[in-house]
Amino acid sequence: MSCWQTISDYAFRSLGFGERLLPRGDFTLCQQFTLIGSGMIWNVYFGLIALLTGFFLATAVAMGKASSNRLIRKPSEWFIFLFRGSPLFIQFFFAYFFFLSLKSQYAVFDPFTSAAIGAAIVLFLNTAAYSGEIFYGALQSIPKGDTEAADAYGFSGWAKFRKITWPTMLRLAWPAYTNEAIFLFHSTTLVFFSGFPAWQQRGDALYYASYFADKTFNPFVPYPILAGYFILMTLVIITVMGAINRRLNRHLPQDRRPRMRFRTPAMR
Amino acid sequence: MNFYVSFGTVLLLLAITAPTALAFGFGGAMAARSRFLPLSWLGKAYIAIVRGVPDIAFFLFFVIALDQAFEYIRHQVKCPDWPDAIRQGNDFVVCSEAKLPLGNAAQWVHETYGFVLAVLTFSIVFGAFAANVLYGGMRAVPQGQLETAEAYGMSRRQTFWRILVPQMWVYALPGLGNLWMVLTKATPLLFLLGVEDIVYWARELGGIKGERFTAYPHGDWRMWYFLVLLVFYLGLTRVSEIVLDGLMRKLTHGQATSGGEAQRKVAA
Repeated sequence: MSCWQTISDYAFRSLGFGERLLPRGDFTLCQQFTLIGSGMIWNVYFGLIALLTGFFLATAVAMGKASSNRLIRKPSEWFIFLFRGSPLFIQFFFAYFFFLSLKSQYAVFDPFTSAAIGAAIVLFLNTAAYSGEIFYGALQSIPKGDTEAADAYGFSGWAKFRKITWPTMLRLAWPAYTNEAIFLFHSTTLVFFSGFPAWQQRGDALYYASYFADKTFNPFVPYPILAGYFILMTLVIITVMGAINRRLNRHLPQDRRPRMRFRTPAMR
Repeated sequence: MNFYVSFGTVLLLLAITAPTALAFGFGGAMAARSRFLPLSWLGKAYIAIVRGVPDIAFFLFFVIALDQAFEYIRHQVKCPDWPDAIRQGNDFVVCSEAKLPLGNAAQWVHETYGFVLAVLTFSIVFGAFAANVLYGGMRAVPQGQLETAEAYGMSRRQTFWRILVPQMWVYALPGLGNLWMVLTKATPLLFLLGVEDIVYWARELGGIKGERFTAYPHGDWRMWYFLVLLVFYLGLTRVSEIVLDGLMRKLTHGQATSGGEAQRKVAA
């Protein structure tokens, strides 16, 4: 079987298209590359959904934590502590069984036990808490002069937030937020190893990589392939976020622009 | 009962892994700083590779890889005149004397061996992160301090052990504290390595029927078991935060940093 054949059979296997049976024996390199790459679709999906939706909640939570109103501040602080203080792995498990027991009461919650929705919700809340803390830190380090200047120009309320506070906050938080994004994509690999079932063997990249490692007793091929895919994805994230960073800082003189320093943090 | 013991397993893992990872990290940082170029490359490569890839992939990879490495070495030593190849297609075959643990070993040996592999894996992965933090800490120590030591006629080794090492901790502690938090939150992954830890028991005991008992007299309690785990980890995080704050205050005492300066002013 040629490699093109394999690619057309398995390229969208993780979404349920193409060949139903996974290869059983005599695994070729091409099969491993194709299937693990196919699984990456899920990682990208989870990462993008959580990042795009989490961004807005993170802004809200950061504003909440910086608020002077106790009734808003305390829930935000608790939200951040709850999701940053406990392992994501346990959160996945808890959420899965939580949805499972809701499902037995109300039929509405039926789709929530699937990975595509349930796990995306957990990742959304989790990344909102982590980036909320980053944004809060940035909010605290906005130069005093900036907000005073805004007051002097007669900005207030929404206009001040939209034109001054928010862009400055993003500008300061962006390098750390990029790390958070990389980190989030890495942690999408946890989804199918917690409670969420991979229905009809439609799993993510790590799911297929460990499938091959289990079948061949040879971890030295699938995991490096997986690592290669993730390094590629990290490079893409760095490129995109770097472009946004340049845009956020475009009004600053060259030598005062913050340099992006990338350090992938560990697991959460 | 086993459920409670498994909390001990997690704490034991933390107690063993943290110092081992620190030792690995120290070794890695020393290697990366070395003047002997190949050794320095080795140290830097160790830091770079482990940090670039999702750790969960490493956890899955190292357990099989380490297991096979040990068996391979024992195979070479114990049965040198083994006729067959070790890697036969998809199988990894060693002679029965080289099996680890031995086929006829008691159950607890198997469990301990799995645990030791898990500790080693955690140490290698977190050692790389610790190496990075310590390397940064070593570079953060003011150059003047080292030059003064040289001026007093200390050798390179003396400077390292007497001046650099005692001072670097205060710079490294925020990073190490962060790492500790991450390490505590990575412990549920023990479950993936086949150790019967709290996640295993929570799934087992909370379910309607388990692998060992056909039916429990209660419904699906897994949600509540995982809630207990969530609270356990939150508590662990809170306690660590308090301890680390105390440690930081102790370490900054008398240091040439702004924190140390602030303490001096309060005292004076």
